[in-house]
Amino acid sequence: MLSGCRRLLWGRFPTARFPRPPPAAAGSGPVGPGGGRAYAPPAERKRFYQNVSISQGEGGFEINLDHRKLKTPQGKLFTVPSEALAIAVATEWDSQKDTIKFYTMHLTTLCNTALDNPTQRNKMQLIRAAVKFLETDTVCYRVEEPAALAELQRNEWDPVVAWAEKRYNVAIGSSTSILGPNIPASTKETFVSHLASYNMWALQGIEYVITQLKSLILSMGLIDRHITVEKAVLLSRLEEEYQIQRWGSVEWAHDYDLCELRARTAAGTLFVHLCSESSTVKHKLLQD
Amino acid sequence: MRRRSIGRRGREECKMAALGSPLRTLRGLLRELRHAGGRASRPYRDTPAYQHVVAAFRAHRVTSEKLCRAQQELHFQAATYLCLLRSVREHGALHQEYHGKGERSPEEVAGLVGFRLPQQPGGKG
Repeated sequence: MLSGCRRLLWGRFPTARFPRPPPAAAGSGPVGPGGGRAYAPPAERKRFYQNVSISQGEGGFEINLDHRKLKTPQGKLFTVPSEALAIAVATEWDSQKDTIKFYTMHLTTLCNTALDNPTQRNKMQLIRAAVKFLETDTVCYRVEEPAALAELQRNEWDPVVAWAEKRYNVAIGSSTSILGPNIPASTKETFVSHLASYNMWALQGIEYVITQLKSLILSMGLIDRHITVEKAVLLSRLEEEYQIQRWGSVEWAHDYDLCELRARTAAGTLFVHLCSESSTVKHKLLQD
Repeated sequence: MRRRSIGRRGREECKMAALGSPLRTLRGLLRELRHAGGRASRPYRDTPAYQHVVAAFRAHRVTSEKLCRAQQELHFQAATYLCLLRSVREHGALHQEYHGKGERSPEEVAGLVGFRLPQQPGGKG
């Protein structure tokens, strides 16, 4: 009887037992997942809106789910500075079928992070975190054996490092020791001052891409449009690709990880470009 | 199962050559937008994303310069967005196929090793 009472209580107050929906959830709409099973993960939110549209407000562009305005997890109004970005976020929300899968909505997550800044870092802290990755940059860490992998790393990674050194006029180098490459302070200062030219939103995106690819150099190659997303992901996963070529690919692990990394990297890159661009179209008269 | 050949793409070619032709990117992008249309209530041609992409490509089509930076920037953005949509869709399909089944019920778990749960009238406890 006692356990029956307990079950009744659990069934009546599910919000007290379960944590809030994952941080990527929108704050609008009814709060709290339903369901009374004790150890089940929070029930997925069904798609509760029919139409997704965009409107322009004071701070920027807003997303409307039916008549409700989208909000960030911390309750702020969801505004983005760029119309193209707003359209892309609206497409993400529109492409959800019966249930809302927040883990597929990378652009929404990035916008929420930029708006809420949950880790409460200022611009300098973000830049320092990004440049710190250079000390353990993937493309600078080389192996000595197996020889085929070492040669592959030389062939694939050396051009990118050379490009970065030429583009930013710095010295990076690579190393096979466990301590990693010795990056001179002037190199770090150059990157710090280069990254300082981006606004806060773009910096969040840049730091996200660096964290995904585990490489500052590859991320700068993406930001500067030197390499495509697919190529950057390939270079980041070079050793894995080498092993896959040797031993075969396991679809539910390798392809799964590859697709997820591509999606996140593409989202981060697009986010950075859309947040830092200001495009004007000059119409010239045709002269004949 | 797709095998990726690293040797073929190993050469550091012209960066924009790796993007392919803009027409191919545009076609792929429109195809992905068609798949991404969640509800069939509105044809995908009416969605803001479709119209924005088509308008952007049209606006940048005619240019008097041979190496137009804005054109290349747009093409790169379009290719990135195409990669995003495609990877999200493929990731979702893989997730659904391999990781989408969720937990097994206690009856199924017992059945894995050939047991059956005892049936007690009135439930346990």
